[in-house]
Amino acid sequence: MLAFIVRRLFQSILVMLAVGFIAFSLFNFVGDPVNNMVGIEATIEERERMAKALGLNDPFPIQFARFAGNALRGDFGQSYRLSVPVEEAIGERLPATLELVFVAAVLALAIGVPLGVYTGLHREGAVSRLLLTTSLIGISLPTFLIGILLILTFSVWLGWLPSFGRGVTVNIGWESNLVSWEGFRSIILPSVTLCLFQLTLLMRLVRAEMLEVLRTDYIKFARARGLTSRAVNFGHALKNTLVPVITITGLQIGSLIAFAIITETVFQWPGMGLLFLQAIQFVDIPVMAAYLCLVAFIFVVINLIVDLLYYVIDPRLRLDGGAARAH
Amino acid sequence: MRSKNIVIGAVAAAFIAAGTAADAKTFRYSTSGDILGLDPFINNEGPTNTMKSNLYEGLIHRAWDLSLHPALATDWEQTSPTTWRFNLRKDVKFHNGNDFTADDVLISLDRIRLPASNMTFVVSSIDRIEKIDDHTIDIVTQYPDPTLLLNLPNFWIMDKEWLEANDAFGLEEGAVVKTFANLNVNGTGPFMIEEWVPDTRTVLVPNPNWWGTPWHNLTRAVFTPIGNAATRVAALLSGEIDLMYPVPLQDVPRLESTAGVQALQGPELRTIFLGFDQHRDELLDMPGTGKNPFKDVRVRKAFYQAIDINAIKRVVMRNAATPTGLMIAPGINGFQPDMNDRFPHDPEAAKALLAEAGYPDGFPVTLDCPNDRYVNDEAICLAVVPMLKRVGIDVKLNAQTKSLHFQKIGRAEQWNTSFFMLGWTPGSYDAHNPLQQLMTLDGEGQGTWNCGRFTHPRMEELTDLIAGETDVQKRTAMIREAFQIHKDEVGHITLHQQALAWGIGSNVKEVKQRPHNDVDLRYVMMN
Repeated sequence: MLAFIVRRLFQSILVMLAVGFIAFSLFNFVGDPVNNMVGIEATIEERERMAKALGLNDPFPIQFARFAGNALRGDFGQSYRLSVPVEEAIGERLPATLELVFVAAVLALAIGVPLGVYTGLHREGAVSRLLLTTSLIGISLPTFLIGILLILTFSVWLGWLPSFGRGVTVNIGWESNLVSWEGFRSIILPSVTLCLFQLTLLMRLVRAEMLEVLRTDYIKFARARGLTSRAVNFGHALKNTLVPVITITGLQIGSLIAFAIITETVFQWPGMGLLFLQAIQFVDIPVMAAYLCLVAFIFVVINLIVDLLYYVIDPRLRLDGGAARAH
Repeated sequence: MRSKNIVIGAVAAAFIAAGTAADAKTFRYSTSGDILGLDPFINNEGPTNTMKSNLYEGLIHRAWDLSLHPALATDWEQTSPTTWRFNLRKDVKFHNGNDFTADDVLISLDRIRLPASNMTFVVSSIDRIEKIDDHTIDIVTQYPDPTLLLNLPNFWIMDKEWLEANDAFGLEEGAVVKTFANLNVNGTGPFMIEEWVPDTRTVLVPNPNWWGTPWHNLTRAVFTPIGNAATRVAALLSGEIDLMYPVPLQDVPRLESTAGVQALQGPELRTIFLGFDQHRDELLDMPGTGKNPFKDVRVRKAFYQAIDINAIKRVVMRNAATPTGLMIAPGINGFQPDMNDRFPHDPEAAKALLAEAGYPDGFPVTLDCPNDRYVNDEAICLAVVPMLKRVGIDVKLNAQTKSLHFQKIGRAEQWNTSFFMLGWTPGSYDAHNPLQQLMTLDGEGQGTWNCGRFTHPRMEELTDLIAGETDVQKRTAMIREAFQIHKDEVGHITLHQQALAWGIGSNVKEVKQRPHNDVDLRYVMMN
């Protein structure tokens, strides 16, 4: 177990270093930020002064060493665009993204898993077929198109829900959309947009796993013992489908955070993704670099947690470990 | 009986309350990006400047049609070539109730000149301001400056007591910096700030003590940035906002066909043009030949005549463009309507010119083009490529994001381009600015974006003279002469002014469209 964790941690550090290097290389390849900062009519002296102040004139290895050292301390420097420390800029927008991702993940799990079970149990039912066909839409349509379609339907035609922004937020330590109905209205369309892909993915995954498990001998045996369908389907079958589901859910939460960019842009959701996009337009490299590192970090941590969760859920892994120690 | 009266009274009161609620005119508008702050002197950026001018005022106000009107100064006269006497408006109060006096003008001049200020250019010709009494000042310029008045609308006046009481005199560079004066406002303008949440919303309410008579009838204005154009259109269609810009060109017909929504179009001040490297002895694309065809005016003219501007207007710009023969737009001081015609589109003449210049089979060249700066910028370049191919020129297109484009064609890479696209809006609203920045070279701060390094001795001379000439007629004559030389020499290929398009909802009765492409709340009327 310990060796496993140490090995995992070591791999994680390698991944972070690689991402850090890629993020840092951005500084050299996405154009001169000085142009955007001093305006089109600035003189050579003003440009020089700005480039020097940003440390852009130092050689590459020195710049990278400085970047990596600072990043380790969580210091990604000043945003070129906002003139505040990057971690402050990201910190301000993190709650908006996390709330959005939270609601989307809850929706995906709460709807996707039961639907998966249902379609798994009622393979031939008309409802199942309908669900499976519509789920293809969720898998194949790009997020921005789904967002625009939802806006068109629920904002423009029906006029039920707002098409952009966070609306009314309440401060509960952070600005929140989840505590008032007015605020919650604003989060519905973006979170549905964001969750649709994950929802359909989960549903199809759970269905496939259920079909697999239902064919196994121990399910047949459980039925033969006269257990209720409920106990068989949920107590035995569903539980055994959960290992891949947890892996996928974990990884998908990572991509929910990373791919919130598109949803946030479509709905003008003032979260991290929108910040990242504005950073790209402005060549705000510190924000871009920090965002990349943060997303990589989130993935690494989620992967680690998922690996550890296997131990909890899958007794075979624990058994192997125990057997290894016995030798 | 009494209780019945109370009920009637309550009902009446409710009606009155409902009546005032119905009279509330909240104007909600949106564009692609948020303002960068509220400090008048930090960021020189179009939408931010417009927001500042809702809140602050200068001595002079530039109206929606670009005409100049008295604001904090009631009148002015020139007492010597370098001295202007301004009489300041009396009984003007800042939002916090402080009186406006000459001292406020003086401290604003000191503050706008701090090294971290981005607005210094509007007072660059001013030597000093002398206080005569509390409501009279003399502005003394370093040289006779014919454009002084044009620059004053963006010299916003701040309150001395407020700056001192809040220790807010100093400036910090950057967008959305958290300095006191960038987050708070105390101006004399017709609107006051109620709330600014960066990237989310800016809320304004009318200033009840404003000295003027408002044209608008707003009781509240909410500005929201929406980056995605499709979402912005949807928000307008669903009635969540009353006005938005820019409307993507492909959505204009859609808005026009939707009941209750209209698209308002007009020309913008920015001129889009192409330029050529006229400096290097050897063209970057023709290494080893020792030749630079662009040094020959016949080649430049051939390029000009090979481009079918009407096709670009019709197909690429969907008619949302005004072809231009001058480097400045109507509305800019010095614009000459009778000189705005272009050389006719004539591929045969272009071929003949090329043959005459010794390039009957054309030559290779790379066109540098931005792809996210101007309306359909890359599409325009894509249209230009086959037009030039038809006369034998082998054009390679290099379209890239604006930061890379401007770095390549600009001073940072020593004008590393042979043929490029650029757009320009004169910051001073005067012809001298493009002459100085785009069409001449010699002199301090001159030719910053003259990426092809076009130069002509007489134009260099004229540009310096125009800077200091205060006699309007003489100045106009010199501007005309300079423009004529630029045209004869084909210094650049002028293309067009792109159109601006606003989407307007049914709650808006009238709005005056400024060619700046942003909304001055003074000119908004709701139903």
